Amino acid sequence: MKKSILLPLAVLLAVYFLWDLAVLLSQSDIFPRPYQVFLAIVELIQHGLLLKYVVASLFRVSVGFTLAVLIGVPLGLLLGWFRSAFLAFNPLIQLLRPISPIAWIPLAILWFKVDDRAPIFLIFLSSLFPITVTAIAAVQNIQPVYVRAAQNFGVSRIDLFRRVIFPACLPQIITSLRISLGIAWLVVVAAEMIAVDSGLGYLIIDARNAGKRYDLVVAGMLIIGLIGLILDLLVRSLERFEEVKWGYSQTR
Amino acid sequence: MVSAPVISVRDLGLTFPAKKGAEPIVVLRSISLEIAAGEFVCIVGPSGCGKTTLLNIITGFLKQSAGEVLVQGAPVKGPDPRRIFVFQDNGVFPWLTVEQNIEFGIARRPSAERREIVHRYVQLVGLTGFEKAYPRELSGGMRQRVEIARALAPNPEIIYMDEPFGALDFITRLKMRADLTRIWQEEKKTILFVTHDIEESVQLADRVVILSSRPGSVRKQVRIDLPRPRDLDSPEYLDLRDEILHTIGMSLGVGAGEEESAGLSLERPNRTVAQSS
Repeated sequence: MKKSILLPLAVLLAVYFLWDLAVLLSQSDIFPRPYQVFLAIVELIQHGLLLKYVVASLFRVSVGFTLAVLIGVPLGLLLGWFRSAFLAFNPLIQLLRPISPIAWIPLAILWFKVDDRAPIFLIFLSSLFPITVTAIAAVQNIQPVYVRAAQNFGVSRIDLFRRVIFPACLPQIITSLRISLGIAWLVVVAAEMIAVDSGLGYLIIDARNAGKRYDLVVAGMLIIGLIGLILDLLVRSLERFEEVKWGYSQTR
Repeated sequence: MVSAPVISVRDLGLTFPAKKGAEPIVVLRSISLEIAAGEFVCIVGPSGCGKTTLLNIITGFLKQSAGEVLVQGAPVKGPDPRRIFVFQDNGVFPWLTVEQNIEFGIARRPSAERREIVHRYVQLVGLTGFEKAYPRELSGGMRQRVEIARALAPNPEIIYMDEPFGALDFITRLKMRADLTRIWQEEKKTILFVTHDIEESVQLADRVVILSSRPGSVRKQVRIDLPRPRDLDSPEYLDLRDEILHTIGMSLGVGAGEEESAGLSLERPNRTVAQSS
């Protein structure tokens, strides 16, 4: 078997046995052994809860993230290109950016009640800033020779954006999508613990509060990790398109 | 040439205003230059003499502070698809294939016509078989060929080139010069070519315009009436090359060219060498 499969597999097995051993030695009757976590996952599947919660979380992330992309990318490209717009809005962006999306939870609940819109709003915020800021920087650091080469041919301003600035910034924008989708997935779990009554975040907090079901808590955590990994692989696959490959290190 | 000049530069100057307590910086001073249709003109000069700056003014990327530039009879207002610029740091778009790059400037034409033009220029620059390749898969010389084909595709009347082969290795440069000469002969464009490489200018141009070091002004113009393809060993070639070298103020003696020679020892470079040894 290949080293790249064998080595991680060995680590996972080691973690499995160490975890099991640690629970046995500590004689904890509340912390689950690994097999109990797998049974908990089976239980969630049997009750139809796994699919329901995964879909609920993914729905919120997709809507909030898509909105952030649709607004953040054009906004960033425009602010990156038009100097006075940048000067006007950049301080506001820099002020809002360091505020953790979690800090917005009280306002989200105030505005949207316990409703899907609250976590969607939080995910939107958490993705909007990294995407916008990256797009701004990408435009500002664009190789001047590309813009000049295009102006040579007398392209209109719209064409300049569509045919040069956007494709020139795309590799960096894709990287920012990867980062912000990761953040969005972190934020949805936190938001669901407080602002709604479904989803993987809710599963974790509910399993703890309702019956100290730590097997369900750890099961939820594992599923969150797995889906986060899949999401990252999906966005990462965008980097393999020929149109953006030039923007990444050639050794990959 | 008898025909009206395509590019006419009259008493052109560029001065940057003085900063506090300092003299104003004169970059270019009273440059006058006429270039005829279909002519291949090289501008050479010591580094820092303002040759690229001059080209940027002629192309409309930069504004002069004195004099005027008429291109095709009118003052230059900015970039214009009838005149295309070829850059030293490669301006080929890495997100487009070779053929997509070449058709960048002709996107509004019908697709059949586009295909025909792309086909023609891919052949002309010798990139047949690489139409679908991306720039990152090509060598530096091939990327520069893509840029030349892209510049030719909209059928401009003038091509400006700013040290287009400066980043290439010696062998590739020689080959690119030969190919550019052949392309120029087939396409009959006016080419204004900036280089710091004197050999390059003598190999390519109908006429070499030599600029002095800062402030840049026209020191001398040398007509190169040698048949193409040029014999790089012929006495006529070597004489013209040496004439330009001497005008710039460099002697062929080893070490003599290293000093800040431009403007110091112009008329009698040989005597300078004799004195310093």
